Amino acid sequence: MADVSSSTNTTPTDAATARPGRFKEFWRYFKENRGAVIGFYVFVFFLIVAIFAPLLAPFDPSSQNRAATLVPPFWQSGGNWTYPLGTDPLGRDMLSRLIHGARYSFLVGTVVVILAATGGILTGLVAGFAPKWLDTIIMRIMDIILSIPSLLLALVLVAILGPSLLNAMIAIAIVLQPHYVRLTRAAVMTELSKDYVVSAKVAGARLPRLMFVTVLPNCLAPIIVQAALSFSNAILDVAALGFLGMGAQPPTPEWGTMLAEAREFILRAWWVVTFPGLAILVTVLAINLMGDGLRDALDPKLKRS
Amino acid sequence: MNAVVSAEGLARHYEVGGGLFSKPGVVKALSEATFQIEAGKTLAVVGESGCGKSTLARLVTLIEEPTAGSLNIDGIEATPDNWDRLRSHVQIVFQDPYGSLNLRHRIGAILEEPLKINRPDMPAKERQAKAREMLELVGLRPEHFDRFPHMFSGGQRQRIAVARALMLEPKLLVLDEPVSALDLSIQSQVLNLLLDLQERLDLAYLFISHDLSVVRHVADDVAVMYLGRPVEFGTKEQVFSNPRHPYTKALLSATPSTEPNPDKMRIKLEGELPSPLAVPDGCPFAPRCWKAKTKCREQRPELMGEHPAACWYPEG
Repeated sequence: MADVSSSTNTTPTDAATARPGRFKEFWRYFKENRGAVIGFYVFVFFLIVAIFAPLLAPFDPSSQNRAATLVPPFWQSGGNWTYPLGTDPLGRDMLSRLIHGARYSFLVGTVVVILAATGGILTGLVAGFAPKWLDTIIMRIMDIILSIPSLLLALVLVAILGPSLLNAMIAIAIVLQPHYVRLTRAAVMTELSKDYVVSAKVAGARLPRLMFVTVLPNCLAPIIVQAALSFSNAILDVAALGFLGMGAQPPTPEWGTMLAEAREFILRAWWVVTFPGLAILVTVLAINLMGDGLRDALDPKLKRS
Repeated sequence: MNAVVSAEGLARHYEVGGGLFSKPGVVKALSEATFQIEAGKTLAVVGESGCGKSTLARLVTLIEEPTAGSLNIDGIEATPDNWDRLRSHVQIVFQDPYGSLNLRHRIGAILEEPLKINRPDMPAKERQAKAREMLELVGLRPEHFDRFPHMFSGGQRQRIAVARALMLEPKLLVLDEPVSALDLSIQSQVLNLLLDLQERLDLAYLFISHDLSVVRHVADDVAVMYLGRPVEFGTKEQVFSNPRHPYTKALLSATPSTEPNPDKMRIKLEGELPSPLAVPDGCPFAPRCWKAKTKCREQRPELMGEHPAACWYPEG
């Protein structure tokens, strides 16, 4: 019903774009959720900051100024406009470090999501198509991974691999992967029972084609939502690992690491912990809001005509 | 005349359940199906839900392997080794036009897919030309080529499904309740399209349906199935005007008629379809039959004769 009305509505108005663009339709649903739109704009803002970090940051993030350690933000007595958000115990500019920190967060989010999603989607596809015994083996392994608290598992993995940002990313990707496996497998199983898959089989399609051309494109909506949500998870987990000293190593201006370095100064200088913490909070909140909007817009079950 | 497809004692059994301590049960979804279809002819298979019609369709379209019996398509024995060779001989049209098209692909891509898989050396241009030609053949407009399935109505989608099935120039088309999801006015359009195509391309149809008025319109021969077994075979005239098996008679009496006829007796079947896990000995229809005798409950009747009906005491 919805299909018919939407196509008849758009065809007469605009002959050039007779097809109601999928993106346009998506945006119509997405925009209904105000929180999601705000989240989206905040996300874009952080993305721009991350991309242009060297141009925007007034100082080099690791250059130290012994003359100005623990300078408070400009609105407090003793603060000045040279260091708008103050400096840390080593005299490094907080604002520049936060701006550069955005780069690491996005790097982490992107790399972790790509790693986890690629591995998870492939494994999930295999599990969905596989005979029952192989499916059972794969899913039980995933259940085992899921049953261990994710941060603990990541900690163990980092302890084995050695503490560095790259290893933290790998560890978190492994921890997040089972969610993709489950999601993909469930989506594949619903799609497999549909007639278009059978007709592709009757046409002689072989397994790789069935997997990637026929079924996978129809499973993407929930996976995209999961990707958005695990992006924020990855940022949060890497910050947590950094805070525990198992992620990015100083002097990297990673937000979690910044928190950990400044921990002992919490009482004397509130700004050294508050700003990185706020940065993490706002980014993660924005991405989660955006993910919710994505789900509303992409999940056909929540669609109103 | 050479038969396009001939089946001999085709059967398909499924094992179900069976835990650690229980033996798996066997569902005999289809047993002893024997039939032939010639080019340009239609064999209609009728029966209530769960009688094995769709299992038959899955066997004939080479989706599943039969448990027993043999299937010949175009003179080639349909064993799994030959399946690839036979793909282009048999195609299928499904009941639900909403589930049978991939929503993420354009109509053009849907139509070209069978060619892409089976004729990989065909140039892309030729493939597209063929797809456009087929689109016209089933009565759709050229601008539909680049659209997505969700922009079409049920009837149009079913036309697309027919076009896709014909892309490989098959000799046999399995129609698994092709019109039962469509509304009445569209049903006749699609049926007429199918009949028209059959005449033009000399296709053999295996037409699966539970709608007897549709069957009367399209069939040449009719097979009536009950609980996984064919119980009556015959030409359309034989089956419709002179049903021999009591089940066929009951089915026919349940078809609504356009003529008011107060004398017509509607035979109401008592009882439930027996579970396919425990098919009774003897005639499977005996528990619901109004003329069942002791012999019916003990021995299973076979299909025999000119107009065969698996019944000890056939009508007429």
